[in-house]
Amino acid sequence: MIWIIISVVLGVVMITMSVISIHHKKITIAILSAGGVSLIASILYLLMAAPDVALTEAAIGSGLTTFIFFYVLNKIKKQKHVKE
Amino acid sequence: MLRNSLLILLILGLAAIMYNLYAEFTPKEKLGFVAEHYANNGKDEVGAANLVTAVVVTYRGLDTLGEVSILFLTAAIIGFFLKTKSSNNHALPKVKRYSEILGTGAKILVPIIVLLGTYVFINGHLTPGGGFQGGAIIASAFVLMLIALPRPAINHRVLSIIESLSGVSFVIIGLLGIVLAGGFLDNQIIGLGTFGTILSAGTVPIIYILVGLKVGTELTGIIRNLKEIQNEE
Repeated sequence: MIWIIISVVLGVVMITMSVISIHHKKITIAILSAGGVSLIASILYLLMAAPDVALTEAAIGSGLTTFIFFYVLNKIKKQKHVKE
Repeated sequence: MLRNSLLILLILGLAAIMYNLYAEFTPKEKLGFVAEHYANNGKDEVGAANLVTAVVVTYRGLDTLGEVSILFLTAAIIGFFLKTKSSNNHALPKVKRYSEILGTGAKILVPIIVLLGTYVFINGHLTPGGGFQGGAIIASAFVLMLIALPRPAINHRVLSIIESLSGVSFVIIGLLGIVLAGGFLDNQIIGLGTFGTILSAGTVPIIYILVGLKVGTELTGIIRNLKEIQNEE
């Protein structure tokens, strides 16, 4: 029972974070909350007894993808700066 | 306004479809035919304590090979499109001021994270984890290095040599399976060993070490390429 409650709470947090990542005006915060969605997804995988998938999601989804987004964001900002 | 109401209509329609799926769902009482075979005979045929690994590397080994080649293709495309003009002249980029705390912390953490990644892929046939996960963890250690240290000592040539060698060895081990054992990527080229020890499950640990090295170096290469164009302007 307690695991069901924890999963539901995590799911609600996940949906909130995904809405934030779509609608927030600051792109930095949007990227961070998109990373948070993957982090919570990996916890949920762990609760559903899939540790292999959880490891992948934590390392790639919330680790590397966030970094790649930041690099690309930096690049776009620089290009805008040059154009103006 | 029209657009919003259309969106809401679309979401409601999706919800109706999904609700039907949910209402008709009944959990299965027993495993399906293929899954039952894996669960019953996986221990004797593959000898890996982690059944997921047995499926990923041996029963569905061709899929893993395909995934590795897709990752390779992605890395190649990114490298191709991000090819920078400054990669020929070795003018060092302007060194920005990096945080002292981040640098020192990275120096302590990087070896530990690499060790964890190595553990995850060497023990892939015993505990949860495996080549992809371990490789991704190692790559994240290198990313930390790239971010925290002004001039990280990552040799691109060594990375590509490791990557190519491990990819080729993976295919060679798979081909050896045709000659010496039952088929492509069969793991019984060498003895299965004692169940549950590190030297067990035939070639599964070797393949996972190769996959781990390949994934780790490839992801590091992608991030390194991205960082290089940051320094350009």
